[in-house]
Amino acid sequence: MRWFYLLALAAAAFATAASAQLSIEITGGGANRLPIAIVPFAGEGAIQPGIAAIVRADLERSGLFRAIEPPPLVPAPTEASAVNFPEWRSRLADALVLGSVAVLPDGRFEVRFRVFDVVKQAALGGVAYTLSRNQVRATAHRISDYIYEKLTGEKGVFSTRIAYVVKRGPRYELQIADADGAGEETALASLEPIISPAWSPDGRRLAYVSFEQKKPVVYVHSLQSGQRQVAANFKGSNSAPAWAPDGSRLAVALSREGGSQIFSVNADGSAVRRLMSSSGIDTEPVFSPDGQFIYFTSDRGGSPQIYRMPATGGDAQRVTFEGTYNVSARISPDGKNLAYISRTSGKFQVAMLDLSTKQVQVLTDSDKDESPSFSPNGRMILLATVLGGRGVLSAVSADGRVKQRLTVSSGDVREPAWGPFVRE
Amino acid sequence: MRTIWMSVLASALLVACAGSPPEEQAGAAVEDRKPGAVVNPGAQTNPLPGGQVARVDLTQGKPPAGYSVLKDPKSILSKRSVYFDLDSFTINDEFKPLVEAHAKYLRENTGAKVLIQGNTDERGSREYNLALGQKRSDAMKRMLILLGAKEEQVESVSLGEEKPKAQGSTDEAYAENRRDDILYGGEY
Repeated sequence: MRWFYLLALAAAAFATAASAQLSIEITGGGANRLPIAIVPFAGEGAIQPGIAAIVRADLERSGLFRAIEPPPLVPAPTEASAVNFPEWRSRLADALVLGSVAVLPDGRFEVRFRVFDVVKQAALGGVAYTLSRNQVRATAHRISDYIYEKLTGEKGVFSTRIAYVVKRGPRYELQIADADGAGEETALASLEPIISPAWSPDGRRLAYVSFEQKKPVVYVHSLQSGQRQVAANFKGSNSAPAWAPDGSRLAVALSREGGSQIFSVNADGSAVRRLMSSSGIDTEPVFSPDGQFIYFTSDRGGSPQIYRMPATGGDAQRVTFEGTYNVSARISPDGKNLAYISRTSGKFQVAMLDLSTKQVQVLTDSDKDESPSFSPNGRMILLATVLGGRGVLSAVSADGRVKQRLTVSSGDVREPAWGPFVRE
Repeated sequence: MRTIWMSVLASALLVACAGSPPEEQAGAAVEDRKPGAVVNPGAQTNPLPGGQVARVDLTQGKPPAGYSVLKDPKSILSKRSVYFDLDSFTINDEFKPLVEAHAKYLRENTGAKVLIQGNTDERGSREYNLALGQKRSDAMKRMLILLGAKEEQVESVSLGEEKPKAQGSTDEAYAENRRDDILYGGEY
């Protein structure tokens, strides 16, 4: 049973570049999904496409919730209505969301909602938001985040954004979209490849590698202004940017002194410093969330494996041991797990290593996976893979149970990077 | 004097479009030329005994604008690609004459510069492939310098798997893409 994210498709009608729209398909669900009834908000017809449907789609997409179809209720209940808990219980709902939309005198809107625990027959909380007409989707995602956090205890990522590269013919576009694939915008269009986008910790800038100068050069791109700054353009290749958690500097792979080696550089290209010397390849650096360590890929032991070193440089320790090809490490936001790409019998798949128990679990069943990227709450991993000869994005939950696929109607999608939590 | 220039131009036209009658088009253009001016710098022109056709010899002297030995299909210098075995980063013996020829050119033309672009097939991580492509271009750079090219004449970079010459996921395409390309200044 495949379930298309219809709203994303509907939103495509409004987008100028409809063909670039990502659509999301859920291909596997969690085992114990919480049944939740999200009743259409009273008066939400005033703000198309409404609130409840977006919230419902958000929560279902997480794989943790199962939406229950509410009966037609007249008059439409609001967050202030008396709740008939036994009635909702008989519909097998564990949670309930009621809300309303009002038009304010200045033409803006106010959305109010409340979340209820049906089993305990108690209100869990609610919020009111004021919004203009172009903030409907953003507001709905914030409501989804609120509900998600109330019911699961962890932060939701529905208001976050993702970056990815679309290749269509000779054209490469670095795009930014909401986590549900809607509202995509092109940050950079080029006739030369763009790879390795990396979000700054504040979500305002992207570092990436562009080949517009016929060689790999690292840029830092401010999303709001479109201003671009060269962070690393030394003799040889410049690639694999990773932000330090404080946003002050990047770790990059440079070949300026021969081979591919890891350096530290400020975002404006100043203060270049080599962090380590090895005779082989060192690349794909990534900082641990506490900023203490850099995990990276190295072939110093004969095959590419993940290693770890102090962020200021120093001795490296090997981290992965199973298999002969382990690359593209990403650390979970809590620092406890390592996601990476592992090759087993010719298949490139996302593997997860528990750094304390050293247990490894392969999370995907695709075979050309690349570029894993954690959602900022650590629950999902976004990745690139190939399906039917075309590049698509896919997401898998950290436990491997929930799977989604994100495709565009034409072209290849690759190089995903999940952005950080949005700061208010 | 005038007949010489006419015949030079006529011969150039003959080369350019063999078969077209040279006389009609030759007349107008030559009027502006001063005697002694060089039509084709670097090409030696000598009137043949018959006075009808001048010989344009591009094999002698400094090549004229538009010609480059680097692009002459008859020169080994026009060959710019070196192919690698799977998981290999050493230049095979069959390509050594090619690398030697480019090293000789760089020795003799100290103002010339080259960009070596290393490439890989599409399998695996893009960034790791970028590093593998760098290993290939570094191998070429080392050999060029060993053979007398100067460090500042050679830049080795990697395109990784990003600019495949052959599309597709076959062994043949992969082999075509495990490659170094040599580009001279002005070509990129």
